[in-house]
Amino acid sequence: MNQAPTSWGRYPQSHAASIIDAAWTHEIDTNDAASVIAYGLGRSYGDVCLNHDGTVVRMHRCDRILSFDHDTGIVRAEAGLSIADLLRVCVPHGWFIPVTPGTRYVTLGGAVANDIHGKNHHRVGTFGRHVRALTLLRSTGDVLRCAPTENSELFAATIAGMGLTGIVLDVEIALLPIASRRIIQESIKARSLSELVELTDASDAEWDYTVSWIDVMSRGSSLGRGLVLRGRFSEVADATLKAPWKGPLLSIPSEAPGWLLSTPTIKIFNSVWYNKQLARQSRTLIDLEPFFYPLDGIGNWNLLYGRRGMLQYQCVVPNTNGQEVMREILRRMQLGGISSFLAVLKKFGDLPSPGIMSFPRPGLTLTLDIPIGGQRMFDALDDCDRIVHSVGGRVYAAKDARVRGSMFRSMYSDVIDRFRQSLDPAMSSSFWRRIMNDTKETM
Amino acid sequence: MRISSIVIIGATSGIAQGVARLYAERGWKIFLVARNADALQAMASDLKSRGASDVGVLIADLCDTTRHGEIVSTASRFSGNIDVVLIAHGVLKNQQEIDNDPNAMLKVFDVNAVSTISLMQRFASALEPQKSGTVAVISSVAGERGRRTLYTYGATKAAVSHFAAGLRARYLPLGINILNIKPGPVDTPMMAGRTQALIAPVSAVARDIVRAIDSRKGVIYTPWFWRHIMTIIKMIPERIFVKINF
Repeated sequence: MNQAPTSWGRYPQSHAASIIDAAWTHEIDTNDAASVIAYGLGRSYGDVCLNHDGTVVRMHRCDRILSFDHDTGIVRAEAGLSIADLLRVCVPHGWFIPVTPGTRYVTLGGAVANDIHGKNHHRVGTFGRHVRALTLLRSTGDVLRCAPTENSELFAATIAGMGLTGIVLDVEIALLPIASRRIIQESIKARSLSELVELTDASDAEWDYTVSWIDVMSRGSSLGRGLVLRGRFSEVADATLKAPWKGPLLSIPSEAPGWLLSTPTIKIFNSVWYNKQLARQSRTLIDLEPFFYPLDGIGNWNLLYGRRGMLQYQCVVPNTNGQEVMREILRRMQLGGISSFLAVLKKFGDLPSPGIMSFPRPGLTLTLDIPIGGQRMFDALDDCDRIVHSVGGRVYAAKDARVRGSMFRSMYSDVIDRFRQSLDPAMSSSFWRRIMNDTKETM
Repeated sequence: MRISSIVIIGATSGIAQGVARLYAERGWKIFLVARNADALQAMASDLKSRGASDVGVLIADLCDTTRHGEIVSTASRFSGNIDVVLIAHGVLKNQQEIDNDPNAMLKVFDVNAVSTISLMQRFASALEPQKSGTVAVISSVAGERGRRTLYTYGATKAAVSHFAAGLRARYLPLGINILNIKPGPVDTPMMAGRTQALIAPVSAVARDIVRAIDSRKGVIYTPWFWRHIMTIIKMIPERIFVKINF
């Protein structure tokens, strides 16, 4: 189908000069196009998956599982396979994806290109750590196997390489053994940011999965109040592995009116969400689907943000003074009139990724969905970038649609020159041109 | 318990891949016939990973009808008893793509009609001794009425539909079902580059097909609403129909 590819934030709008619908990995031919990017399911938020006026190669049909060893949990599959489809096949055999984002509708190629992380980053690091090998198609026509010990520099550049080193054709990963679909989940209320970070530290020590939801609209001493969620797979083997997936319970059919997610409605939502849990602590046994993928229950929820779309802002700042920096960021956002629901706070661990451009660093990471607003909103986010940069932090390309190029280059100045050595000259994206063509100094 | 088996002709087509995955999940034995060796290899690995108990492949140019006997005998040897045959190959050409080339027009007939009815007849005969099984063939809603933009393609599908109707009347009393599948536009590589309203996802069409095979239906439209759309289109009087540009 020829259509304008979009990213999940539906911002910026983009038009591809040509779209190649890849049916088989061995047939992909970009016809010497000057500017190419591979596109999976369009779940990155900003413009890393877009290529305005360039060529977009849609990869979702290349979704074959090339081998799956039920005993070792090693799976090799084409890059267009979604985590959702992989899980349908591997969960009944007692295997789960070692690192999963908050949606299962991402492709393996996208997981590699953005070196995704999940609620268990403090235990297992990023997705790239679990990639044993991948096959990369370069614009020269070379098909290269890349692994930690083979074409290792290209491997390191391709993990978190934003699709700019070539087209990932297939990926081999090591899965995680599970005995049950059930998750033991605890949810604990935190009345302030410091309490929330304390609870996070305590939880990280004992739980495989931790994440916190924070109410970014709260002020004063309750600034950063929220709920700490922690979980681990039940180790009691049971028959749930064969249980069917539920899929979306409802789907948003079209763009919602702009007022639906505006400051007043978000304020009400956040307050209700925080107060719905009356007890300070609750413990439940829940299925992995609502635990890992609560938003997959609503198809096309991004349409709730209406015609203008949304941004997601994700940054990481070092642990030293991390809380103080977070408070400063939250206050700056409030000052800029930014409202967000489902802001998420997590502490990254110190396991390094093989990916040169990988986003996570040890420290606190904050993620917010933000309805697209006016200049005031963009100015506030620029200020947030400055705060993040001043303490040695950075923002995440997979979420970004607006960071200034010079700022991004400066945040990644320790690695970006090394990364550029491995770029494929024919690969490009709206994101990369935005980053590299910005010559203004904004420090 | 005996393992059930399906033979899929034109196995690398979008719809065939969708159907094959559903049978793989059921643990069936699957025999694939198509032209491209690399594609067959990737697909066979995929089906095994998804649970197929065994997958066999045969590389063949289906237009070469002299090889059809060999296709049937190889498939039978691999499968033993054949429960389902799905014939899914085909090409889609708009009239303007073949207008200035009579050979290209006849080639569409060779691929979509001649080779298809040859294989339908041969497989129906091959299933006769076992007195069971289904031969399913993919025709199209485009075979229901000759449209100015798609009449060659439509005529090939009409030929297959008529052939299937007669074949069914003959073989149903012998225990063999013939299923005529009439999809609307489906989101497959065949449709790449064509803008189309009401396009259906492969997974939904594949589910419909498997359900129709299970319940031994004679004709299905997929998605279901095409039955009603085609009823209306067939009712349009000829003098009005010729003035509609589609």
